[in-house]
Amino acid sequence: MKLPSCKETTRLVSQGLDRELAFAERVALRVHFAYCVGCRRASRQMAFLRRAVQRLPEREYLN
Amino acid sequence: MPAPDEFRLQLEALRPYLLRYASLQLRDAAVAEDAVQEALLAALAGQASFAGRANLRTWLTGILKHKIVDAIRRQAREPVVSADADEEPGEFDELFSERGHWNERPAAWGDPDGALEQAQFFRALERCLERLPARTARAFMMREHLGFETGEICKELAITPTHCWVLLYRARMSLRECLQQAWFGK
Repeated sequence: MKLPSCKETTRLVSQGLDRELAFAERVALRVHFAYCVGCRRASRQMAFLRRAVQRLPEREYLN
Repeated sequence: MPAPDEFRLQLEALRPYLLRYASLQLRDAAVAEDAVQEALLAALAGQASFAGRANLRTWLTGILKHKIVDAIRRQAREPVVSADADEEPGEFDELFSERGHWNERPAAWGDPDGALEQAQFFRALERCLERLPARTARAFMMREHLGFETGEICKELAITPTHCWVLLYRARMSLRECLQQAWFGK
């Protein structure tokens, strides 16, 4: 199995938020994350974006 | 229940907020204005159903959300006037080396959820959203804020699933970069 690059990994992370990934894709991600801190961070940051955008209207209640 | 005139004033006071909220998602001033107008009319007609609820803004935001979804569905039936470019071959090339590895690794954001308690952060996020190309932003907001399934976004925007994933990927990567510069890197 060819290991995905960081560019491919970030695409897969993004798609993982929009569709169910195949087993092989999930494994490829996990393997990549094990040695790549950049992609681990990008993945966490994309998940954070989702939480932030969901809470967009709350800005009005904050100072 | 407040008197009808007073209720109308309370609604009007929220119009600027509603317009900003709708524009962020619809990316078309006229369409956003129509959606807000519809929401305000619906709210006026439905004053009785508001009675007793705690927060006018929250209630009104909920109504507007439905109007925004309606507007998106209506627009979908009209031909696309200006499409964002399809995936550009060199996209994000500056981020990655030729072999697809990070040129500059993403920085750690620590505990980013603390930012969700700050109005300033949401202002920065809105500015980053406004910088996205219109269709990219619409797809992203449909997915992440309005909770559409990808299949539905493809249908409404008349694009293929692959194109849809590309738009969402583009939005996420751009927003990540933008927030790094505007907020987390500061």
